[in-house]
Amino acid sequence: MEKILVGLKRVVDYNVRVRVRSDGNGIETDGVKMSINPFDEIALEEALRIKERGEASEVIVVSIGSADAQQQLRTGLAMGADRAILVNSDTAPDPLTTAKTLLALIEKEGIDLVILGKQAIDEDNNQTGQMLAAIWGRPQATFASEIEFSGESARVTREVDAGLEVIEVDMPAVVTCDLRLNEPRYVKLPDIMKAKKKPLDEIAMADLDVQPESTVSAISFEPPAEREKGVMLDDVAGLVVALKDKGLL
Amino acid sequence: MAKILIIAEHCDGIVNPSTAKCVACAAEITDASIDVAVFAENGETVVGEVAAMGSVDKVIQVNNNTNTRALAAVIAPQVVALADGYSHIFGPSTTFGKDLMPRVAALMDVNQLSDIMEVLGSHRFKRPIYAGNAVVTVEAPQDKPVIATVRIASYKAVPSDGSAKIESASPDAEIPGHTRFVEVLSGESDRPDLQTASLVVSGGRALSSEEDFNIIYELADTIGAGAGASRAAVDAGYAPNEMQVGQTGKIIAPDLYIAIGISGAIQHLTGIKDAGTIVAINKDPEAPIFEVADIGLVGDLFDMVPELTAALS
Ligand SMILES: Cc1cc2nc3c(=O)[nH]c(=O)nc-3n(C[C@H](O)[C@H](O)[C@H](O)COP(=O)(O)OP(=O)(O)OC[C@H]3O[C@@H](n4cnc5c(N)ncnc54)[C@H](O)[C@@H]3O)c2cc1C
Ligand SMILES: Nc1ncnc2c1ncn2[C@@H]1O[C@H](COP(=O)(O)O)[C@@H](O)[C@H]1O
Repeated sequence: MEKILVGLKRVVDYNVRVRVRSDGNGIETDGVKMSINPFDEIALEEALRIKERGEASEVIVVSIGSADAQQQLRTGLAMGADRAILVNSDTAPDPLTTAKTLLALIEKEGIDLVILGKQAIDEDNNQTGQMLAAIWGRPQATFASEIEFSGESARVTREVDAGLEVIEVDMPAVVTCDLRLNEPRYVKLPDIMKAKKKPLDEIAMADLDVQPESTVSAISFEPPAEREKGVMLDDVAGLVVALKDKGLL
Repeated sequence: MAKILIIAEHCDGIVNPSTAKCVACAAEITDASIDVAVFAENGETVVGEVAAMGSVDKVIQVNNNTNTRALAAVIAPQVVALADGYSHIFGPSTTFGKDLMPRVAALMDVNQLSDIMEVLGSHRFKRPIYAGNAVVTVEAPQDKPVIATVRIASYKAVPSDGSAKIESASPDAEIPGHTRFVEVLSGESDRPDLQTASLVVSGGRALSSEEDFNIIYELADTIGAGAGASRAAVDAGYAPNEMQVGQTGKIIAPDLYIAIGISGAIQHLTGIKDAGTIVAINKDPEAPIFEVADIGLVGDLFDMVPELTAALS
């Protein structure tokens, strides 16, 4: 296969304790650390390993959003991607718009495999890969924990509620990654220097002929319901009594 | 009036409880008719079970030999072929529904709404974002069908007191051959299903080996509980992946959840927010799990868990 496309979304780092803004109009993002969506790092790592095994020749990373996402794309280049594309969009794109943008890039670049994260940890949508596969008319192998290629198809092990499901998909296809697919490599300093010379192209969403969708709109944000403060007990005997008193056992 | 279609989840002739929970969510929409579609190779027993669910008006049986396994690429075009006239199409936010519903939505050229946790109106819903650190109220466009997944931990299954009519359908859809089922590898377990168990015992990284994890199973079996695990315990190979609880595992709402040797990372907590009573056993009094636990015990799990099992035997 020739080209693999990997989606990198810029999101609030997973270690940040996200808070709702006091005016209820959104999430506190001022001064908050931003990172590559953790599932997307796994997606990129997988693409790089496929290339390193000689099963693909080029890995392209793409991010759709504000110019700030250049940072995440540079990190992707430092990890080993060959080049990066930033699709500029003033508003945060919804999953269907994102899927249409990715499809436009697939057609422009001639992509053989798309690897995305299974979900972006900001909105926890878990949709984009499935939508892209639908409008591309190609297979989707979601929640992947293992990928193996043989000729024109791939065998993918998926993490499903019942355990592990194995499916076979014809190429080209969309794969979305679960956490156990691999462990992403660390970026080394010399790679960061090298990455500065790698191409990072910018393109406006409108130039790809994609119009943002009329979409689900956010009305208000609130913190989750708090649980009442619990009690600390001294020993197992006390726990047994407490559980029996509550009628739980 | 809302006209709602729910896609039933089932396996080996048994309806997944997620289906009755989707119905419960749909029933919160006022003045709605609720149909449930069963895609199967031969869905007789499943259709019977679904027809007995309260609030269901009609069951649509789609028997087709391509539907032996629930492949999203195969089922989605059939759902789209049935979609005409429906204002809402719901599926569960299990791995089945998460795989299928976005594919359905995109084929219909509409966005999808994930994880409905509360219905505020026919087009207004609440859903969790940022691993449950925030809840957003959203409004779906009025001029398009609402395609959504239902966060099943937020709903109680409707009772089986109904008698819906049953209809057969053969939707006119082109079924792609590019996606093929190979096999499911799952550990056989006699324990209650994690997603519906009223009692759940979970173990974390502190269990330190697959063998040591047996003390979790022993406690679970003593009280008839389902068994769960943190991601760290699954990653380390102490427990299989289908036991993972949390943001990327299962979101559960048992009456009692016992977290053993689990620190309480936000990604884990998001999976147990709706548990009735949370008990935590951890040797670190500062562990964040104690901030959400109703009952906390500080101490070594290797002493406390066998003692608890013995006391309850
Ligand atoms: C994108 C993303 C998604 C994630 N999704 C999930 C998810 O779905 N589910 C999930 O669980 N995690 C998830 N995680 C991982 C999560 O951040 C934590 O790393 C994980 O939950 C930690 O597991 P743990 O509590 O078992 O391990 P640790 O954090 O290592 O905690 C072990 C605990 O055991 C205690 N302990 C040690 N020895 C003993 C003893 N002898 N007796 C009693 N207590 C003892 C320690 O004090 C400690 O609190 C995700 C992470 C990311 C980045
Ligand atoms: N704005 C974006 N830019 C690049 N990739 C994205 C973007 N949004 C979503 N993706 C990809 O789609 C996956 C699933 O996202 P979501 O459907 O939003 O949960 C992510 O893990 C990314 O790989």
